Amino acid sequence: MKLLTLNFLTCAIKTCKTSPASFPLHPRDAELEIIESEINLPFLRNILPRLMWEEIRVIASELGLPSLPTTPPTREDLVEGASQAQATEQAEGEAVAEVEEVPSQTAKDLHRILLETGIKEGKLVCGNCAHEYKVMEGVANFLLPGHLV
Amino acid sequence: MPEYLVRLVQVHESFRKAELLALAELGGVDIDFIHYKEDSPFAVVKLPSDLAAKKVVSRSILSQGVYELWGQGSTYKELHESIKAHSSSRWSRYEMAPFRFVLDGYRGAKSQTEQLEIINSFSYLGFKGPIRMRDAEQTFHVFEDYDDKAKTPKSLYFGRFVALSGRDAKTIYDLKKRHYISTTSMDAELALLTANMALAAPGKLFYDPFMGAGGFPLACAHYGAIVCGSDIDGRSIRGTGGSARKGQTGKMDVQGNFKQYKLEGQYLGALVSDVTNSPFRTVQTQGGPCHEGYLDGIVCDPPYGIREGLKVLGSRDQLNATELATHLERFQEEGYIPPKRAYSFTAILDDVMAFAATTLVVGGRLSMWMPTANDEDIELAVPTHGSLEMVSICVQPFNKWSRRLLTYRKVACEQAVAAGSGAARDPYAKGVKADELNDFRRKYFQGFKELERQRGEDGIRAAAGDGQGEDD
Ligand SMILES: C[S@@+](CC[C@H](N)C(=O)[O-])C[C@H]1O[C@@H](n2cnc3c(N)ncnc32)[C@H](O)[C@@H]1O
Ligand SMILES: [Zn+2]
Repeated sequence: MKLLTLNFLTCAIKTCKTSPASFPLHPRDAELEIIESEINLPFLRNILPRLMWEEIRVIASELGLPSLPTTPPTREDLVEGASQAQATEQAEGEAVAEVEEVPSQTAKDLHRILLETGIKEGKLVCGNCAHEYKVMEGVANFLLPGHLV
Repeated sequence: MPEYLVRLVQVHESFRKAELLALAELGGVDIDFIHYKEDSPFAVVKLPSDLAAKKVVSRSILSQGVYELWGQGSTYKELHESIKAHSSSRWSRYEMAPFRFVLDGYRGAKSQTEQLEIINSFSYLGFKGPIRMRDAEQTFHVFEDYDDKAKTPKSLYFGRFVALSGRDAKTIYDLKKRHYISTTSMDAELALLTANMALAAPGKLFYDPFMGAGGFPLACAHYGAIVCGSDIDGRSIRGTGGSARKGQTGKMDVQGNFKQYKLEGQYLGALVSDVTNSPFRTVQTQGGPCHEGYLDGIVCDPPYGIREGLKVLGSRDQLNATELATHLERFQEEGYIPPKRAYSFTAILDDVMAFAATTLVVGGRLSMWMPTANDEDIELAVPTHGSLEMVSICVQPFNKWSRRLLTYRKVACEQAVAAGSGAARDPYAKGVKADELNDFRRKYFQGFKELERQRGEDGIRAAAGDGQGEDD
């Protein structure tokens, strides 16, 4: 499971979900894998405002990944030299030239963390009730035992 | 707006118009239906331009192509008159272009010589370009629509080819060629159609809460979406012994399907989870009465009922103290199976509706299949929810039963709460800049091998899980 999914997951126990401490889940004993893929700017742009930034920083730091900036990046931060492109456009007198967008380092970093890095084996632990959800072959198991439903 | 002819396929009739409307909405294109009948494969629509026509039809599963309509009639005499009256201003534009003519009969055909005769009757168009059966720049289609077993066509259309549909995806994703399938896999045509109805597209996030072998997420990924899914049955995701194909050996799983179609980069992964005990974030994060969702679309084919074993987590009867204690004692053991109980189909549909109302972004769509009747043949009511507006109901009839594809759109909250912007959210920002360009960071972004090595060096390597037994 790619790390982006952790941005959407809480503890599955109903009484726990309402507690702020049940989000994000904390990876433990995690074996990571990277599956490389082409950077997807439209997706990053779309998903950016939906990210819980502080929580993603927590997860990245708990996994021992490079630390992320404290302030969430903006959509403008995702592309390189937007102003430059505008200038060329003016110079050539083009009306609506389709400018090839160049992803910024920020975009590449986000892509690497959220969409290329995944948890292959390990556990996800609830910060509220300490229940552990196992991850096996990249698939997390959120089925609750009888006494917790 | 000019008129276009959409050549539809004559299957899943009640889905065809809904699909075109969905694709028009997705492309931001105005479409007006001038002529549409369930029993005809020819629809006449108004669209702003060739480009708009292409936008709408090129993804369509239930059409074959779109043509600029030059004329129509019930006899050839009428057709020619119509072409002369409505399209003569266009003729000169194609005067020198390499071209060809195609005669396309629905439920009827003409002999070789008759075809030639018909084509020659269009000579007044004055095309002087070379005739090319291959690589023609322009293709002109004569469409004949026959009643069943009739000798002469009842209607005729003439049009200039604009764009092919996306129907070839049906063949590409054919279950027969798919790496991994299960007994409940939805056929490729309907899975792709579902993805179209839900407006799957590049940049979007899609989720299937009953993914099975993952056919819906795969279809959504085909249209460019980033996808994930879940299922209460972990075997259907991991594929262990779950394939419905005879003689299948080796590791077959959902991940493998994404690999097969080179869509791995769009697959976020899957979870084993029960829809009624979902780990997906549903709690309001910004305060206020409205939920700010994060999913652009939800597509699913829920289990239909008792025969298919609709189960949710929990026990039928309340567990007593001793039973609770036994579960607590044993749940971490290998081979522990969480208790499950039967559940009602209508209740699970309502659960999906409530989930969608919370997790979808405004304008996001839910496309969900449901049978018309339950196991006791009681007609099931179409579920409703205050935040979900009905977009379309499409019916697939079978001999003894039928099922429907319901599509909803999440509507904006009435009392628009001032949406908190992400910028104001970090009260801890003290301007302390994280060391962004340290060695470790750089190596991490260079690749995993580097990361592994570095993590080892840094002594922070996490203990690797060592493949414990399955418990689902
Ligand atoms: C009709 S199948 C979906 C098939 C899928 N569309 C495909 O093409 O492979 C329904 C799925 O729902 C799953 N299911 C049943 N009860 C569930 C529950 N309570 N929560 C989540 N999934 C459930 C079943 O395991 C089954 O895989
Ligand atoms: Zn918890």
